[in-house]
Amino acid sequence: MTIVLTEQGEFSAPAAQMEGDRLWVPAHDLEAATGWSLKREGLCKGPLCVPIPAGRETDYVRGDRVNPAGFWAYLGHPVCHSADGSIWAFGEGAQGRAKALRSLEAPDFALPDRQGRLHRLSDHRGKQVFLVSWASW
Amino acid sequence: MWQKVYDEVKDRNFIVISVAMDSVPGAAEPWIEQAKPTYPVLLDREHRLAALYHMVNVPQAVWIDERGKIVRPTECAGSYDGFRQMDRITKIMPEETAKINAAAKATYAAAVKDWALKGEASEHAFDPEDARRRIPALTESQALAHTMFRLGQALLRQGRTDEGDQWLRRASELHPDSWCMWRQRAGKDDTGLAALPDFWERVDALGERPYHWRVDMKGMPR
Repeated sequence: MTIVLTEQGEFSAPAAQMEGDRLWVPAHDLEAATGWSLKREGLCKGPLCVPIPAGRETDYVRGDRVNPAGFWAYLGHPVCHSADGSIWAFGEGAQGRAKALRSLEAPDFALPDRQGRLHRLSDHRGKQVFLVSWASW
Repeated sequence: MWQKVYDEVKDRNFIVISVAMDSVPGAAEPWIEQAKPTYPVLLDREHRLAALYHMVNVPQAVWIDERGKIVRPTECAGSYDGFRQMDRITKIMPEETAKINAAAKATYAAAVKDWALKGEASEHAFDPEDARRRIPALTESQALAHTMFRLGQALLRQGRTDEGDQWLRRASELHPDSWCMWRQRAGKDDTGLAALPDFWERVDALGERPYHWRVDMKGMPR
């Protein structure tokens, strides 16, 4: 079972196969999980389309399978995976992070409390929030 | 330690959200149990907040207004580098340093309270331009480091400790400014603190550079 860690959460990709730094998933699985679908224009979600890099199509699309790791890296984001390809982490690039913070919209998150209940920052919209980190170390 | 501020502001539209950047399950528990805060305490095993808000140490804080806008970007939450003058055997700090430490914490807590009571009228709330200027810069290496850290933690959760630790080590190497990454991985003393000789060596190696970022606030020590 392949697990993909993304900014939106964790996804299971049962039919995924690793080929070096490529992660091949069936296009319909990708669409079902993320909303990104393969079109003639490239990999598209809503109005946004990422064109398949010319001359390197087979690194990104093979038949009905897509390499989302390739697309994600092509967009300038960090990707890494365990040696056996069972866990992949799709991160956010520095530019994206910086842009998000410069908008001054506080990035939302969902984290559990001790009882395992998930809390989102957006649960507290309407209040002034003092968000503070600490650690036992 | 924010309970007092929270209690004093109780009837306002203000909340503290305290996030423990503790990857080891149960490590934060005794501290939460002892303090019993009445505001949310969340567990951030993957250090997600560090990636989202570019946090590199604890305690660091972000002030967010009622519209979800950042009015003070990530900054040190009132701590001071006084601990560097601590005697490493007796763990005693010179009296003068201890006073500065306490004053810094009190100044910061008073500022939080001031903002909680006055909102954008508080002198401590930055206007958008000033806030934007204070957003810390992030490099691509650091962004990659956060991704590696996340992968490493996922491997640790599956019991794949050797490979997990390799990714955590690589993450820390790519992001040497992150004390969160370094201390999370470092050896701990018998109170769970990453304060063994290797920690002190790394602190000494800072030289003139600060361990805690200087807080841009009136009354904070230089």
